[in-house]
Amino acid sequence: MKIHLNVWRQKHKDSKGAIVKYSLNEVAPEMSFLEMLDMLNLKLAKKGERPIEFDHDCREGICGQCGLMINGIAHGPLKNTTTCQLHMRSFKDGDTIYIEPFKAKAFPVIRDLKVDRSAFDAIIAAGGYVSVNTGQAPEANSVMVTHDEAESAFDSAACIGCGACVATCKNASAALFTSAKISHLAKLPQGKKESEQRTVNMVNRMENLEFGHCTNTEACEVECPQEISVLNIARMNFEYNKAKL
Amino acid sequence: MWYFKNALTRKNLMALTGLFLSFFLIIHLVGNLQLLLPAKEAQLQYNWYSELLSGSWFIKIVSYGLYASILIHAVDAFYLSQKSRMLSGQYAKDRRNRASSWYARHMMLLGLIIFAFLVIHFKDFWYPYKFGEIGLDADGQKDLYSLVVVAFQDWWYVILYAVAILALGFHLIHGVFSATRSLGLYSPFYTKMVKGVSLVFGIILSLGYLIIPIYLFINN
Amino acid sequence: MAKTIKANIPAGELNQKWASYKAQAKLVSPNNRKKLEVIVVGTGLAGASAAASLAEMGYNVKSFCFQDSPRRAHSVAAQGGVNAMKNYQNDGDSIYRMFIDTLKGGDFRSREANTYRLAECSASLIDQAVAQGVPFGREYSGYLKNRSFGGVQVSRTFYARGQTGQQLLLGAYQALMRQTETGKIKLYSRHEMLDLVLIDGKAKGIIARHLDTGKIERHGAHLVVLATGGFGKIYYLSTLAMGCNASAIWRAHKKGAYMANPSWTQIHPTSLPQSGPYQSKLTLMSESLRNDGRIWVPKAKNDQRSPNQIPENERDYYLERKYPSFGNLAPRDIASRSAKEQIDAGKGVGTLQNAVYLDFAHAIAEYGKDVIEQRYGNLFTMYQKITGINAYEEPMKISPSAHFSMGGLWVDYDLMTTIPGLFAIGESNFSDHGANRLGANSLLQACVDGYYIAPYTIQNYLADEINTPKTNINHPAFEEAELNARQQLQQFVNCKGSKTAEEFHKELGKILYDKCGLSRSESGLKQAINTIQQLRDEFNENLLVPGDVEDINSELEKAGRVYDYMELAELMCKDALSRDESCGAHFREEYQTEDGEALRNDQDYAYTSAWEWTGNPSEPLLNKEELVFEFVKPIQRSYK
Repeated sequence: MKIHLNVWRQKHKDSKGAIVKYSLNEVAPEMSFLEMLDMLNLKLAKKGERPIEFDHDCREGICGQCGLMINGIAHGPLKNTTTCQLHMRSFKDGDTIYIEPFKAKAFPVIRDLKVDRSAFDAIIAAGGYVSVNTGQAPEANSVMVTHDEAESAFDSAACIGCGACVATCKNASAALFTSAKISHLAKLPQGKKESEQRTVNMVNRMENLEFGHCTNTEACEVECPQEISVLNIARMNFEYNKAKL
Repeated sequence: MWYFKNALTRKNLMALTGLFLSFFLIIHLVGNLQLLLPAKEAQLQYNWYSELLSGSWFIKIVSYGLYASILIHAVDAFYLSQKSRMLSGQYAKDRRNRASSWYARHMMLLGLIIFAFLVIHFKDFWYPYKFGEIGLDADGQKDLYSLVVVAFQDWWYVILYAVAILALGFHLIHGVFSATRSLGLYSPFYTKMVKGVSLVFGIILSLGYLIIPIYLFINN
Repeated sequence: MAKTIKANIPAGELNQKWASYKAQAKLVSPNNRKKLEVIVVGTGLAGASAAASLAEMGYNVKSFCFQDSPRRAHSVAAQGGVNAMKNYQNDGDSIYRMFIDTLKGGDFRSREANTYRLAECSASLIDQAVAQGVPFGREYSGYLKNRSFGGVQVSRTFYARGQTGQQLLLGAYQALMRQTETGKIKLYSRHEMLDLVLIDGKAKGIIARHLDTGKIERHGAHLVVLATGGFGKIYYLSTLAMGCNASAIWRAHKKGAYMANPSWTQIHPTSLPQSGPYQSKLTLMSESLRNDGRIWVPKAKNDQRSPNQIPENERDYYLERKYPSFGNLAPRDIASRSAKEQIDAGKGVGTLQNAVYLDFAHAIAEYGKDVIEQRYGNLFTMYQKITGINAYEEPMKISPSAHFSMGGLWVDYDLMTTIPGLFAIGESNFSDHGANRLGANSLLQACVDGYYIAPYTIQNYLADEINTPKTNINHPAFEEAELNARQQLQQFVNCKGSKTAEEFHKELGKILYDKCGLSRSESGLKQAINTIQQLRDEFNENLLVPGDVEDINSELEKAGRVYDYMELAELMCKDALSRDESCGAHFREEYQTEDGEALRNDQDYAYTSAWEWTGNPSEPLLNKEELVFEFVKPIQRSYK
């Protein structure tokens, strides 16, 4: 099938980007979206042009490295699907597709569709862990975690850190990402102990990294490839207020 | 002032002031429903009620709380939304709106409409009642009732009101539930319930506030 | 001159070796630790856990990864689980049993002592992961749950839904990030190692390229740890991430580290089949699916009917037929080879006839859809996203795909390579899995190496380095290495040919799949070596890399990786050719039993091939490490 592409191209962090138009004639419906971009890049390289830089690695939806705004939607039209898992069968012959990077002040563009999401690492570094050293942990079954607690903690822990929540949020808030880690650990007896300290540190770090505030529009949950619930955000607020009161 | 420290605490402040204002809206509506009584009765009772409120020291304190809440709520909202506007990205093609309701995304716009309305509302009723020249009724009370009734003679004034009330309704539907989230209500069951309650609350309140100007307009 | 090499295994009884090593290992006092620097390349389970552990001890760690965040290392993609000897199920498990399973699964081509240590340390890993907040599957009572996995007869696999690797990695990643906050770890993400720097024969640093700017940097330390994972991506189509590569270990190899058993690649039986020529990777479906799914092909060749229309008596459940006691849970090499047999016999299914069915109809009938959904829900969803098919209603189509490198840098018992001060941990080394890795053992090995072994053995090495000053990155060795790296990159860019690195990679992958994949033959391998040499020449003359060296340039990154693959591929073929026997994943057509099983030759090939770089990729030197079976007598592997 024939596909028209309007792709965001930007040379460097500080340069001004713009949409550039391309067309592809031999797109197969079984292709993944990124394979379609591979195809375009091959074409560009053969013409002696710079291929489009984009982020990707595992291409099976778990590493969280890929992430594009496709037609103005984070990770494209399919719900709960990363960019790499999106296939061209979701588009029609003759479609025009806009491809842009995830944009936010905290996610500066490196080149083309590649963005710097190290702010997420910095949030985790502020407290997204259980402070336990390697080596002498107690016997695993001495800490009882019920099936439901474990499942619920898993739901929060499933976040892949792709940044779709920030890109989707009209306020560029990282609340969903930050709260997923906070509530993952707060839901487990192992992590509960330092929850207050953790929450305060992570929330303050999030603020310093220039993420916006949460207005509970719940759009992040809708576009999250891992279906992370917005109730995590409420949990974060609870843990924060508990720490402060 | 840890309350201004970050977005979370600021949102707490917005939630608390917002919930307080929502509570006030119930009281205010109950008072205003007296306007729906037969004209003669309504006039005396409404004016009596108004004088009662303005004379009470308790209400005075509450009203200062109200003014403060409105200001804090508005200033904080303005500050946060301006800040976030600078932090978020712009897209050549933007369909992010598919993931949320428009009123949740446009709380600031709705808030601005409500704020503009409040200015008019204060100018037309609160200011003349407090500081202006105003007639007296049969019992010698300040005749706020007539001021209100006369105001709603104009169809455009009723429409202005209706628009503002609608904005208020949507603002409440999202606002009340969002406030509980910001304060940390995370139980799946109760959050679902609160969502329903905010919806009903927003609808009932806006209906209640809508009926009054329409009733007064039609009846006169 | 070929040498016989020794692994420095401590003397004593099998179950005392590690304990006695730990008891005798040298220590470094806390105030000396802060003077010592360690470079860890790679932030997967092995790299992150080692970096975190060393930093917790007080060493200064520099941690490198090419991804934009350490959390994205490919350990994240492991689905099924992690094995550990806890015997919570009381089904007869023991450290010895786990050791035997791993040794036997690896077809008796791994070191007894290493394999035993892996089993021995496994239990602590679960404790550690739970303490970190890994949400393992639990019983309603609150106790940890297990599932069974291929190649064993007990349930010792711990899992977090179908995302065990992700959860374990997040645990290690969080531990790593915690140390970056204390300043003990300095994180260099989006950095790729270009070369290893040796000073006086010892590993003292690396040359790395900042992938976002193209800047080439020098980093010095008292030792270097490589935790750069496997190189199955050399087959192009594989279950690995696009960025997985052999470059770090290959460049270390060219600096003197031996490569062990490079041709032993596990071909995973349950990945999704290729659907067209544009395909860039094959997605893995967890092996755990084989717990409840039944594998079959139509009995008739070229059967075009849809699977649900093929009646029961016209289906061949070939694994259950051939291996009645293990059935669908036969080890990976056997399951993959059997699938290939069926596909080669014309019984493959799907449009390209390159797959077999994995059927859940029986399991759904027995346990109900809910149970199956709870166990594998995310895998079924993933299958539907990729193929558009609902696997609750129609069997999945699966096919074998390159997955795990049992081979890698040769390491001794300390996990140190033949270069002093260069350690290799996790999949990047060759150590514990022999000729075939059991399912759920790779997460285990990565974690055990990083959390439990490297911290002891590295400290043991560093104890002799406490008086060594900080490495001077202006040393001529750094100059030279940087210059070489720079020149190589410049050559790629200057070549200005007409084929991209990816095109070369695809061709190379095809050669390897055909000739050095599931089955190998002398003639095929010789042919492959020839073709690879030609392809390498073409690569040197006709490579096309747009863009510049000192800039972000993903084509340039690929070129470097493919260049290394070109050399490694030849070594793989040479390795496969040198081993006139079949063992585990290495199946030489000339050496099989009458019913087509691998025919091992313990007389002549009970050794690890450790290849030495001679300066010419076509003339590697074979050194041998004899595998001494002190405690277990190798037997013919049978899963019937």
